[in-house]
Amino acid sequence: MGKNFLAENLPETTVCSPAEVRPFYDDFHGDLMEISMGPHHPSTHGVFRMDVTLDGEIVVKLKPVFGYLHRNHEKIAEGNSYFAAIPYTDRLDYLCSLTNNWAYVHAVEKLAGITVPERAEYLRIILGELGRLINHVCLVGFLLNDLGTSFTPLLYSLRERERMLDLVEELTGSRMMCNFFRFGGLRTDISADWLARLKGYLEGLFARYLDEQDALLTGNEILLARTQGVGVLSPELAVRAGITGPMLRASGVNYDIRKVDRYSIYERFNFGIPIGAHGDTYDRYMMRMLEMRESVKIILQAIRTVPAGEHINPNAKNRGLRPKAGESYARIEGPKGELGFYLISDGSAKPYRFRIRPPSLINLTVLEEICIGQTLADTVVILGGVDIVLGEVDR
Amino acid sequence: MLGTGIIKGLYITAKNFVGTYFNPDERLTTLQYPEEAACIPENYRNFPFLIYDGSDPVEGLRCVACKMCENECPPRCISIVAERDEKGKILKRPRVFELDISVCMGCGICAEVCPFDSIKMDHHFEIATAERFDSLRLNLPQLAKSNEYFRKTHPIDALAVDTKRAEKANKAASKTQSPA
Repeated sequence: MGKNFLAENLPETTVCSPAEVRPFYDDFHGDLMEISMGPHHPSTHGVFRMDVTLDGEIVVKLKPVFGYLHRNHEKIAEGNSYFAAIPYTDRLDYLCSLTNNWAYVHAVEKLAGITVPERAEYLRIILGELGRLINHVCLVGFLLNDLGTSFTPLLYSLRERERMLDLVEELTGSRMMCNFFRFGGLRTDISADWLARLKGYLEGLFARYLDEQDALLTGNEILLARTQGVGVLSPELAVRAGITGPMLRASGVNYDIRKVDRYSIYERFNFGIPIGAHGDTYDRYMMRMLEMRESVKIILQAIRTVPAGEHINPNAKNRGLRPKAGESYARIEGPKGELGFYLISDGSAKPYRFRIRPPSLINLTVLEEICIGQTLADTVVILGGVDIVLGEVDR
Repeated sequence: MLGTGIIKGLYITAKNFVGTYFNPDERLTTLQYPEEAACIPENYRNFPFLIYDGSDPVEGLRCVACKMCENECPPRCISIVAERDEKGKILKRPRVFELDISVCMGCGICAEVCPFDSIKMDHHFEIATAERFDSLRLNLPQLAKSNEYFRKTHPIDALAVDTKRAEKANKAASKTQSPA
């Protein structure tokens, strides 16, 4: 063996012309590498695994694996009364439990034919949009954390989220597991003082946060280089795959259930729907930044015009509700997309079938298509831009 | 010009950094927890407890063992056995009231459905134990807390409950007087 290294045994060196110089790895036909990212990878936002097949650093195949956080949510709800399922919906998308509550009570109200008083509708819109703000603030922070901007934008975002959660805690008793919506209205009334403080916060510190975040990030060259053209989703594929929410609008499809279905009293408010042009991760980030400004507009209009009255329909029955046999599907525009609840009643006190349409699960289905051809580091950013919460994906 | 966005961003971080000295209320939110306690709002809910009036936790207990909270509890963490006298007649008070706080999810439905304002949500949250089975299953003596405690933690709610109960007692008193 040692003999080969003697000088006389070495092959004669040849000089090749510059045209013949090629990178050494062109001749290197290695095998594809398969790596398993997750379920405990910090960038997967929970317990989510991606089986990534790599050619060098380029993704050629990606298989999303979920189910690690499956908690049997639908079956538990089918074994409980309609009322007892409300606190379980908090635990679906635990970043914005207010919108989950809303979607579920909306479905039951449709099933049982319960009407909601005017004031309760206004307060619901205020809380629903507040939930959207909390979710988007989180998303922007964690997306930037995925990009490697270790902590500064994340901590600025969490600081503002904390202030909103303090308001939510004061009102509902819990920071994240609010359990605040009831069939026919809300659990308690909201005081004028609370609304005034929310208004003061949104006009003051939160407006400053949005401006600062825009100045800090939106024009930042590093953010542009890392996100523009990364994870492009074509509008055709987005529509075919059933993508909803900010991810669909980032691809340039004008579809917002607040405008399409006109559920609750959204048609009374003046707000815009931001539409993207490229469908890349940067557009998805921008959708969230712009939607936050629209949500603030809606909340301020609602606080200005909220009427006096009842916070819950006094005839609505919560405990021991037995809707007539039938089925209902109700959907709302959640922060992540179309959040729907499908209920079948057989006339008893328990739902016969309880089915959730989680937006983040459906939005995950195109992950392979938008990741192929990107580098491994970009898949982390793409996943951050899709905005998943595993409590909702796995249920 | 390339790099303007980065310089703008650095200006923002510098502003935040300097702001933490001049405007800590707006820029700094950290609390040094064991030394500094966060302000708990009245609506805050952790785990349920039972209220008793007066000084005797057994005699003054408001709970009548109607089992409404036991039936409505979503994760079924409450178990109640009513007291019986020697002849087997059900008395209106619980013999066993157990609450498994390792199962309880703090939703507050029990406090919401209780018709006697007996079960309420507690503010106490420093409840870590070294053992995870029996010490997390709270029994009647551990759950019963005085009305004074409730008045201290929930001043607004306690006032409303006290006036409601006083009115009810007055009504009952006048009813017993009128036929006599």
